[in-house]
Amino acid sequence: MEKELRLMKGNEAIAEAAIRAGVDAYYGYPITPQSEVMEYLTEQKPEDRSGMIVLQAESEVASINMIYGAAGAGKRAMTSSSSPGISLMQEGLSYIAGAELPCVLLNVVRGGPGLGTIQPSQADYFQSTKGGGHGDYHLITLAPSSVQEMYDFLKISFELAEKYRNPAMILSDGAIGQMMEKVELDDPVSRRTEEEIINDFPWASTGKKNRERNIITSLELDPAKQEQINLNIQKKYREIEEKEVRFEKVQCDDADYLLVAYGTSARLCQETVKLARDKGIKLGLLRPITLYPFPSKEIATMVNDRVKGVVAVEMSSGQMIEDVKLAVNGKVPAEHYGRFGGMIPSPEKILEFLENQIMGG
Amino acid sequence: MTEEIIIAGFGGQGVLSMGKILAYSGIMQDQEVSWMPSYGPEMRGGTANVTVIISDERISSPILSTFDTAIILNQQSMDKFEDAVKPGGVLIYDPNGITRHPEREDIEVYQIAAAEEASNMGMNKVFNMVVLGGYLKVKPLVKMDNVIKGLKKSLPERYHHLLPVNEKAIKRGLEIVQEYKKN
Repeated sequence: MEKELRLMKGNEAIAEAAIRAGVDAYYGYPITPQSEVMEYLTEQKPEDRSGMIVLQAESEVASINMIYGAAGAGKRAMTSSSSPGISLMQEGLSYIAGAELPCVLLNVVRGGPGLGTIQPSQADYFQSTKGGGHGDYHLITLAPSSVQEMYDFLKISFELAEKYRNPAMILSDGAIGQMMEKVELDDPVSRRTEEEIINDFPWASTGKKNRERNIITSLELDPAKQEQINLNIQKKYREIEEKEVRFEKVQCDDADYLLVAYGTSARLCQETVKLARDKGIKLGLLRPITLYPFPSKEIATMVNDRVKGVVAVEMSSGQMIEDVKLAVNGKVPAEHYGRFGGMIPSPEKILEFLENQIMGG
Repeated sequence: MTEEIIIAGFGGQGVLSMGKILAYSGIMQDQEVSWMPSYGPEMRGGTANVTVIISDERISSPILSTFDTAIILNQQSMDKFEDAVKPGGVLIYDPNGITRHPEREDIEVYQIAAAEEASNMGMNKVFNMVVLGGYLKVKPLVKMDNVIKGLKKSLPERYHHLLPVNEKAIKRGLEIVQEYKKN
């Protein structure tokens, strides 16, 4: 059967994906530019379509802790917000990571710091990929660069979160959230039954029947035990870094120069690659799809092979550039180019920067 | 083929939904599309615009600074987007409320008295469909039957009884658009 095609906003696509992926609960709090997620969910009456619960919490702090509870019971729970709202959730996220529970968050990033602007930005890279809250943890972070990926990554994020018992973050931005593109929808899957939860998640607090009780907590006062918990979590992260790196390469095979960009910036950079190629400059684009784990090895291989210079393009004052520089490890010049505070870099200016700062320098 | 369009006017004129219908029409003929609105304070302050791209290829940047076609529905948008039309491109505008007409000589300029026409039809709300008709006449890139399909897809079912009047408005637009020559 042919798949259903719809023209949707990124925010609507991820909401539709949630209903179709068998998500049990969405707890949210409105904030521009992502309010369409909860608006769409409410309009769709998911309690009728799939039995999914959609609840407007009293605050972002409440919604993340509702997720903590639902995830502890083995339910698929998610929320979405934009930058300031995600900041409010950091304590809860750290607890969820500490208690090793799966859940999915969507951050439709706006310009900051502070209340900032509602226009698109990528300035929450550090917050998403380096932990964000307190303690040693990471969020598995995926960065969609199209409305189709907003849809697809919801399911993938839950699968990764559940596989590793770790929260996953979909790091989007105002442009991807607000724009409409063609989306191919797949058939809905049912929510897990109580039996399936008991079977798939033996750690979940499903009601103690014929087993030892499960305790969901991030508290361990014995430092020796707490160190062991940390070691286990770190082991998990090494496995994630080994197995779950995702990226896309655009015209990289013969590339002398490389752009590294994700999300909206990657879309702009595709245009820069075209402009460069028209001028005879062999430019390629590496688009990290997972920001954590970061495609460091791939970048290292490329600069060892033939790439002579790298530009990291971000709608921030330079965050991902730190990971790019670690990967490049001084082998070739690597510089940041960005606009921020809601401004968007132009493909022409990106090329100009490459020509002046990397090729000419 | 890639067509990059900006539609700009006041909030409430149906700028965003016109873009949506155009984008849906592209999907109906198996093309790639993107629809990027202005959102936030701009919209709340009165002006609204949307960038629509229809292409045979994967669309790279959905955010543009120059356009093949600008459809301009108020003076503020004229001031902002006349210069953003690529040389050789097209500018279509409704003269209603326009105090400074386009001045560029390196582009094709068309006028469509859509507000007046919609008012004559007794349905101010089909204003944007009259404009759409004018665009389709000047740039027949999407087929009329795909536009009708696109219209059907983007209108909620409870409004489907309005399809014929929308179709009529598009056809009026096709008839009344005319090239604008500076005196």
